[in-house]
Amino acid sequence: MDYTFDFASVVAAWPQFLEGAWLTIQLSFPATVIGFVMGTLCAIGRRSAVRWLSKLCGAYVEVVRNTPLLVQVFLVFFGLSSLGWKVPAFTAALVALVINVAAYSCEIMRAGMDAIHKGQLEAAECLGLTRRQVYWHVILRPAMEKVYPALTSQFVLLMLATSITSQISVEELTATAARVQSETFRPFEAYILVAVAYLALSLLMRAGLWLFGLAVFTRRRRLGTGVAR
Amino acid sequence: MTQAPATNPVVVELKDVHKRFGANHVLKGVSFAIPKGQVVAIIGKSGSGKSTALRCIDRLEIIDSGTIEVCGHAVHDPAIDLRRLRQDVGIVFQSYNLFPHLTVEQNITLAPRAVKGLSGADALAIAERTLRQVGLADKAQAYPEQLSGGQQQRVAIARSLAMEPQVMLFDEVTSALDPQLTGEVLRVIEQLAQGGMTMVLVTHEMEFAARVADTIIYMHEGKVWETGPGQMLREPQTPELRDFLSHGL
Ligand SMILES: Nc1ncnc2c1ncn2[C@@H]1O[C@H](COP(=O)(O)OP(=O)(O)OP(=O)(O)O)[C@@H](O)[C@H]1O
Ligand SMILES: [Mg+2]
Repeated sequence: MDYTFDFASVVAAWPQFLEGAWLTIQLSFPATVIGFVMGTLCAIGRRSAVRWLSKLCGAYVEVVRNTPLLVQVFLVFFGLSSLGWKVPAFTAALVALVINVAAYSCEIMRAGMDAIHKGQLEAAECLGLTRRQVYWHVILRPAMEKVYPALTSQFVLLMLATSITSQISVEELTATAARVQSETFRPFEAYILVAVAYLALSLLMRAGLWLFGLAVFTRRRRLGTGVAR
Repeated sequence: MTQAPATNPVVVELKDVHKRFGANHVLKGVSFAIPKGQVVAIIGKSGSGKSTALRCIDRLEIIDSGTIEVCGHAVHDPAIDLRRLRQDVGIVFQSYNLFPHLTVEQNITLAPRAVKGLSGADALAIAERTLRQVGLADKAQAYPEQLSGGQQQRVAIARSLAMEPQVMLFDEVTSALDPQLTGEVLRVIEQLAQGGMTMVLVTHEMEFAARVADTIIYMHEGKVWETGPGQMLREPQTPELRDFLSHGL
């Protein structure tokens, strides 16, 4: 127990950490947005009366949820290059993350959609709305509102899981820590710093998602503040 | 009560309608016709097929045989244009089924905008008018969960009226309500009847049915068992109706 902390050399590498954090954000943000949209479409597909489509969406979700993310990242990275597609590691990582978060979003959104009372769908149908309009006006927003806490957790998990892409040499936060520690011989300090950085990113992300929820779910905002009219 | 002349054009007509759910033969040859402006009340025991008959009129259930004509639409025809049928038919359920994430006003303007393509201003004007009609002009900005059951049901009626239907169907719309809230909903329905709206009411409110309906249909075991004016409830012809009235009230 005579370890003496020395953060000086690690902290001196802050511009590298900043760059790494920026790359982590560049991976997480588009992966979350694209993955959520794809996952929502997948949930609609799963609920479809078209058997093969519903089965296909279900199979996709099961495959992704029952294999490790690291393997998925390798599969996309080496798979694409084996097929002759020369893509940068960043692109391969983004594709793998989208595939992953879409599957989890699909499961979560499906639960939200299934929780909408059948009577509301019938009422919408009786008013003459098409199936697409029913989804857009009656199902989507309340479904998302119901499962928003679960979605938030999943998106934060995804941001943390981007660390895995360091394995295919994407220079995000974790890869930065690895590089800095090999240059400074201060691994403990480097990973403490990177843990703090992830923690800050997580808190920032939760705050952002909370504000987004407040903006989108107007009813919750109005009723929450007790403004009864 | 002003009796709508029976010579008015028929807007709803069922002919020998059969409906099965698996082995359960629910409608066994139901026939009736409703002239424009008439109010018909359907009464009968639980499970006699009242809701099923009503749902078949709006093609929420697809019939096995027979024909249903509603405002010139052949409802039994698989090629029917559902969107147009549903613009002509309004339906209100026991559970109000309002959209919880939308305000009262948005609940009402949604279909006129999305289905009829009305502008926001035109839809708002309709919402204002229908809310006044059901006595809730001051609740336009409220969310459904802020309203009582009776108020929610009146909003559901306003939402249907906003599409300016030719026929309104009501399926036990007061069954989930306390007695004091039932009255406010029944008053709205009665006003609609006086305004000349063609309506079908499935109801357990016998006094109300006798007072408001031009014709009463008593359903029993999937058939139209007895039919007649409100007077029929005082002089039942069949032992089944007599039995139902003495136990049901
Ligand atoms: N979607 C369905 N699937 C299977 N059976 C159904 C369905 N809807 C109704 N039934 C059956 O059809 C029969 C008639 O039901 P219906 O709801 O029309 O009765 P009702 O006269 O409206 O009764 P209540 O007064 O209880 O509302 C019942 O035996 C019911 O179980
Ligand atoms: Mg019923």
